[in-house]
Amino acid sequence: MALLLEQMLNGVQLGVMLFLLAAGLTLIFGIMGVINLAHGSLYMVGAYAAAFVAQATGSFLLAIPAGLAAAALVGMTIEFTVVRRLYARDHLDQVLATFGLILFFNQLVVLMFGRQPMFVQIPPAFAGAIDLGLFSYPVYRLCIIAVGLATAGALFWLIQRTRLGMLVRAGATHRDMVQALGVDVRLLYTVVFGLGALLAGLAGLMSGPLLSVQVGMGEQILILTFVVVVIGGLGSVSGAFAGALLVGIVDTSLRAFLPGLLRGIMTGSEADALAGGISAMGVYLLMAIVLLVRPKGLFPAHG
Amino acid sequence: MDKARGSDPMKKSGSPRWRGFLPLVGLVLLVALPFAAQAFGQSALTSLATRMLILAIAASALNIALGLGGLVSFGHAAFYGVGAYAVGILTTHGASGMPFLGFVPGSEHLAVNLLVAMSVSGIVAGLIGALALRTSGVPFIMITLAFAQMLFFFFVALKAYGGDDGLSMRRRNALPGLNMRDDVTFYFTSLTILLAWLGVSARLFHSRFGLLLGGIRQSERRMQAIGVPTVRYRWLAFVLSGVGTGLAGGLMAVFGRFVSPDMMHWTQSGELLIMVVLGGAGTIFGPVLGAFALIGLETLLAGWTEHWQIILGPALVLMALTFRGGLARLGRSEQGP
Repeated sequence: MALLLEQMLNGVQLGVMLFLLAAGLTLIFGIMGVINLAHGSLYMVGAYAAAFVAQATGSFLLAIPAGLAAAALVGMTIEFTVVRRLYARDHLDQVLATFGLILFFNQLVVLMFGRQPMFVQIPPAFAGAIDLGLFSYPVYRLCIIAVGLATAGALFWLIQRTRLGMLVRAGATHRDMVQALGVDVRLLYTVVFGLGALLAGLAGLMSGPLLSVQVGMGEQILILTFVVVVIGGLGSVSGAFAGALLVGIVDTSLRAFLPGLLRGIMTGSEADALAGGISAMGVYLLMAIVLLVRPKGLFPAHG
Repeated sequence: MDKARGSDPMKKSGSPRWRGFLPLVGLVLLVALPFAAQAFGQSALTSLATRMLILAIAASALNIALGLGGLVSFGHAAFYGVGAYAVGILTTHGASGMPFLGFVPGSEHLAVNLLVAMSVSGIVAGLIGALALRTSGVPFIMITLAFAQMLFFFFVALKAYGGDDGLSMRRRNALPGLNMRDDVTFYFTSLTILLAWLGVSARLFHSRFGLLLGGIRQSERRMQAIGVPTVRYRWLAFVLSGVGTGLAGGLMAVFGRFVSPDMMHWTQSGELLIMVVLGGAGTIFGPVLGAFALIGLETLLAGWTEHWQIILGPALVLMALTFRGGLARLGRSEQGP
């Protein structure tokens, strides 16, 4: 029971990380109709900037704004120079251009930081574990869950309750009308893209102390994020939230429990190999099942 | 290198009257290439050109989904890899004499293995296509990518056939009467297969099936309204495309005597897409030009700096932003779709 709860928390932790990426991806698609493969690169930029500042200054507190600012700045620069020219293009051009961006950013990071992964210490204030009664759980992971849920709340508030959010919603469904009413749509797009980049950077900088910061980290999580977005329904932020938690929990539980279950029916090493394979494929199977039942995802965006 | 680049002579074509002869000129250059390479003592060039030929088959096959069917598949590396593994696994069992799964006999015969590679990739493409075609547009791109990724992890976990490290074969598959270990013989075998595949796809493009797909690409609703089962036609295009990509993967496995999950890495899917678009989606020879141009460019850049992707990346961005229609349409009055 304790193990089950602990793995659930791990799943939620992965889920909120995925949500931070998926929210940006799905907003950018919903509003601008752009598929941005380079979203994972923004995650990587956030992680590297934070890791670099943390190593240089020894302070995680300084690393946080560094990661956020780097991701948002790079994001807005990409929007201004490349993505802006892709809005009217078909998806194929968008895929190719943003694929080119991935190659560029990965190689740039290799040039600047080398191929060796960077490691970031968990900030001392959040080190150690907290006793939750049945089991103890790392404080840092709980912090990630809290930050992720708070960000999700803030994002929903932003979209549903503020003037900017109103423009975002209107821009997603009635782009021409918004423009005709005198809203600077180009500025709106840059802001939304920057917001998505900021969320990706936040996920990146928080992942630093948990995973190694290395080239290619962006694409690994990007493809998982695609699964989340497809399951949730493209363009829908609440769908992204549900999809992210579902994928996070399914992925974590398969990895945690499948080897044990399979070891009951076959030898240890074979069970581990098979379980590894099935759990790596698990979320994709989940996606296939969701698509069979609901081709437009669990919470399809209107329109 | 120069000879290989000579095979995209469409670059400098101004007059439409020349165009009909250009494929013939390309063919002559391709036939002359291995002999010229030997004469200049550059036999590595033949291997490079063989890789280009094989990837040209893959790009041309992707073009059936992309150019003909209008399906932006970001997961074609899966079929490329499945074809390669089909050959790799059959060859391993053929060499050891132990049947696969206890009852499927292995084989080291090139034709048999390539046919199996095509069938297996076709079946996999049929399954993935049936699911992925429930969506369209961006979700379709993401789903094909996700399924390719799923197969990638499956083969990484498949420890019995090398897992992460891949699978090496002791010798190349054989064709009776031909010495496949000779690189020039293998080059001409690949060239023959490419030509046969181009013949098939030219027939497809001009067939009733190809015309219907063209109609679906322009307006799916109208085609549905006149009673065309559009999804079934798209699915068929996707499957045929998978078959051809599997053929290329199988051939590449034989050529390198090696298969690994890297062949189905998502960047491979991206590269195939780039080849088609660079050369010209929806044209017969475009993907071939694209394959030669991209591999040539990569080889040149890689010889110049280890960090060649920092140049290739922005080049791709520029290409996507400015370049419409591809190499094969250069010099024509109308520029692409």
